[in-house]
Amino acid sequence: MSRWGMVIDLDRCTGCGACMAACHQENNLPAAGPEESSRDRAFHWLRLLPEVSGSGAEVKVRYVPQPCVHCDDPPCVRVCPVHATYLSEEGIVAQIYSRCIGCRYCMAACPYNAKVFNWYEPEWPGDLKRSTNPDVSLRPKGVVEKCTFCHHRVVKAREETRAAGREMRDGDVTPACAESCPAGAIVFGDLDDPTSRVSEMTRNPRAFRLLADLGTKPKVYYLAERD
Amino acid sequence: MTEADEIQGTTAGLEFEDQDLLRSIEDSGVAFRVVSTLLGLVILTAWVIFGRQILLGLGVTGLNQPVAWGFYIVNFVFFIGISHAGTLISAILRLSQAEWRRPITRMAEVITVVVLAIGAFHPVLDLGRPDRALNIFTAGRLQSPLLWDVSSISAYFTASTVYLYIPMIPDIALLRDRGVRPRWLYTFLAWGWQGTPRQQAVLERAVSILMVLVIPIAISVHTVISYIFAMTLQPGWHSTIFGPYFVVGAIFSGIAALMMVMIVMRRVFHLERYLKQVHFDYLSRLLLIMSLLWIYFTFSEYLTAFFGNEPSEMRVFYYKITGPYAPFFWSMVAANFLVPVGILSFRRTRTIPGIFIASASVVVGMWLERLNIVVPSLANPRLPLPTGYYIPSLVEWVMFAGGFATFMLGFVIFARFFPLISVWEIQEGRKLSVAETTERLEGYLPDPVPSSAAQSATERG
Repeated sequence: MSRWGMVIDLDRCTGCGACMAACHQENNLPAAGPEESSRDRAFHWLRLLPEVSGSGAEVKVRYVPQPCVHCDDPPCVRVCPVHATYLSEEGIVAQIYSRCIGCRYCMAACPYNAKVFNWYEPEWPGDLKRSTNPDVSLRPKGVVEKCTFCHHRVVKAREETRAAGREMRDGDVTPACAESCPAGAIVFGDLDDPTSRVSEMTRNPRAFRLLADLGTKPKVYYLAERD
Repeated sequence: MTEADEIQGTTAGLEFEDQDLLRSIEDSGVAFRVVSTLLGLVILTAWVIFGRQILLGLGVTGLNQPVAWGFYIVNFVFFIGISHAGTLISAILRLSQAEWRRPITRMAEVITVVVLAIGAFHPVLDLGRPDRALNIFTAGRLQSPLLWDVSSISAYFTASTVYLYIPMIPDIALLRDRGVRPRWLYTFLAWGWQGTPRQQAVLERAVSILMVLVIPIAISVHTVISYIFAMTLQPGWHSTIFGPYFVVGAIFSGIAALMMVMIVMRRVFHLERYLKQVHFDYLSRLLLIMSLLWIYFTFSEYLTAFFGNEPSEMRVFYYKITGPYAPFFWSMVAANFLVPVGILSFRRTRTIPGIFIASASVVVGMWLERLNIVVPSLANPRLPLPTGYYIPSLVEWVMFAGGFATFMLGFVIFARFFPLISVWEIQEGRKLSVAETTERLEGYLPDPVPSSAAQSATERG
């Protein structure tokens, strides 16, 4: 069985935000709107993390794409009172929208702030609701949601490989963010397959993980920028 | 005629020494109706606002993406803290046979039951999907600290309700025998109490079992509430000191709330004969000790964070010490330490008004402490995200007012139907405690010198 992971090469990333936009489209994320955004309720499964370095006239700002890092030891799963968030066999930290009671304990416990909450019933201005992705369910108000590594694509790929009579393998699935990246900075694949491209990239000396010292074992790796 | 019959005989008559204690029940005036109507209106408003929140979503609060918990969780921790007043103090005083407990225990126990019910409902206000609250029982994960809370609070609520009710039975029987209306209520609740020696033995046994049982449960409640925070990895929360720190804070705010209630009730129902300076004096010494304990814990907690100098801890630390939460942090230190210690250390200021000010200050200070714990850790994420802010909306303030109004209404209704001071325990004290304590004190004294004959006999044996 595959264990899905992701590597984001910061040397290639231009900070264009295409991954974020693609994620919104793919996963039916409603736009929060200016008013809600100004109240700190912007709504993303994958955000651009601002990284400021230098000082004075030499200030340098760059953006680091940050989805849910899909920990192998996820703090959010530990605290959920109703088993609404869990670690799947393929290593995806998933959320069960129909069971979530909206206590937001997982949000408080997540060191990566990767989860978002539906403060209101999602709004779809104009005709937008008709152009939502039929593969992804719409969430009601009052539940927590998060990046699923485009789980619906994993499910689809599994059906296809089963029909073709073979095991699922690295390269069968590409999430929307990786697919849309014009610089090819986001690579998705099977971490358990030592020959896969992601596995190879994690062995790169530039590879690091966010807050790795917390022991949450994230499955999203980054490759640091070369000077 | 047995002793019990005698007590029964003297109190069932219309006039007796402790008439004052039943006045609020036997002739409740217009004041009761006015006060309870006003409080009822506040509570009704809160329910309407809560209904609106259910319809629209939690967006009506001031909560946001990093600060996902706010007033509701702060007040949950705060109210449950207040509830430690009662049962714990009453149980400890009974257990240590403190004779001055007699007029205090009942009020302490009522506070516990009423406030605990309010506190326990707060997490439901905070749910995005209160309609699914029962998932906690059908799909509950015992590994989650929230489930530890549910178990421990239910145990505490059950135990403290029973602990309030059992010692109240003789008083209910007294009201039944005096023919107070509604008679069915008192007849039902008196549970056939006749004051026979056997019944009294059973009552005493039940109370002594309950008072021991209730102490570990009460301590577990605030410990696991602190575990909600301490079990996460968040800076400012992930601390081993949190369990005892929360328990100390809870008892601290509990005693303060108890004294405020006692002072108000003393004034309203003219209980000066029962709640005397000495009771407040002893309780305020207890409050003083808790204040010193609290500052000791607070100092240890913040010094450890500061000295370790871990970047994410320091972000939270400076947010509280010099940042946006500095006004709340320093007023917490003033309200929980400077004011009570300043007032209660000196006999000259340890008067009833002085104690009232100190207690009110502690209640406010402990609320600020809960705010200082919940919000700053959430507002300062570990990743380089912008610092969050949290401004509670009107909805949250109304719910806060509703919580307080529910507490007051609960207390007022209790006072309308049941005596706020245990009548039979007062009478028992008057009758028996002087003899009992004399005997006990004699037991502390060194044994008399044995006669020489007896001494030589033991040496040989």
